[in-house]
Amino acid sequence: MKILIIIPAYNEALNIGAVIEDINTNGIDADILVIDDGSCDATSVVARGKGATVLRLPFNMGIGAAVQSGYKYAERGGYDVAVQFDGDGQHRADQLEALLLPLRQGEADVVIGSRFLNEGCYEAEIHRYAAIRLLAWIISCCIRQRITDPTSGFRAINRNAITFFSRYYPDDYPEPETIVLLRKAGFRTLEIPVFMKQRKIGSSSITLLRGVYYMGKVLLAIGIDMFKKVSRR
Amino acid sequence: MDITLMLLAGFSLLLFLLVIELVRRSRLKEKYAILWLCAALVMTAFSFSRELLHSAAQLLGIKYPPSLLFLIGLLFLVIINIHFSVVISQLTDKNKTLAQELALLREDISRKDLRQER
Repeated sequence: MKILIIIPAYNEALNIGAVIEDINTNGIDADILVIDDGSCDATSVVARGKGATVLRLPFNMGIGAAVQSGYKYAERGGYDVAVQFDGDGQHRADQLEALLLPLRQGEADVVIGSRFLNEGCYEAEIHRYAAIRLLAWIISCCIRQRITDPTSGFRAINRNAITFFSRYYPDDYPEPETIVLLRKAGFRTLEIPVFMKQRKIGSSSITLLRGVYYMGKVLLAIGIDMFKKVSRR
Repeated sequence: MDITLMLLAGFSLLLFLLVIELVRRSRLKEKYAILWLCAALVMTAFSFSRELLHSAAQLLGIKYPPSLLFLIGLLFLVIINIHFSVVISQLTDKNKTLAQELALLREDISRKDLRQER
């Protein structure tokens, strides 16, 4: 199985080196692709220095466009599996094998690593947690399947889903919306429990006001997606 | 013809000429001129023909006929703005695809360069 690990990174020069090393020392046989989303720091240089392939976007385009560039690369490079892995050090490479297993066994097209399937293992600030819970509930109702961590960016997808994502991928706050789109296109999504590193308090990029916008945008997108015709090819 | 209508007629004609001139100088694409020209033509027609304006206003239950012209102008502005939002969204999408393509090509080239050096 030809595996590509896609790491979107924006001004992560301080973290990206450790992230790549973490993957390399965990013995996964995979190519590493860092998407430098128009960083002003040395993200690209550090990533190349650690032996990763780097796609450098000409300007900052946001997480959706950055990740999609990775899926386009995977599609053209003929990869069987693409893994999305955060560049800020939140995801753990020792969880990768667990994420890949259902794909190796053909049990799912998309595997999402959930922080909340392991009871009480992940603590988030209360308003953040409440928002994720609400979103999880709404999405679970929409797709008639239990989803616990819709904002998780720790995912592995197979070849068919790579092709699907390289055609269409939402621009900002893509994670929750893609779950609905995948379902509409008939892909099998599976959540598995994973451990993630705790983010240090206050370093989250989502403030309260932005959180409200986040919810509004995501709910609007999901609401409209419900009436969209999504084709697999 | 009262003063309001004369003003509006003059304004509509000017708008029409301005759009034509912008297209002639290639400052505005025909594609984006069409809606403006439609707006200007409709406004001109209504402000020059008193009969037309008054009967249309009466039909719609508008007491003060020139306000029909403002209504038409407003509706056209709404349509033109939605049209722009659609065009901007398309441009954003194309811009994204271009940037991604650029990044992928850059990577392709640097890989080929590396192979040649070896």
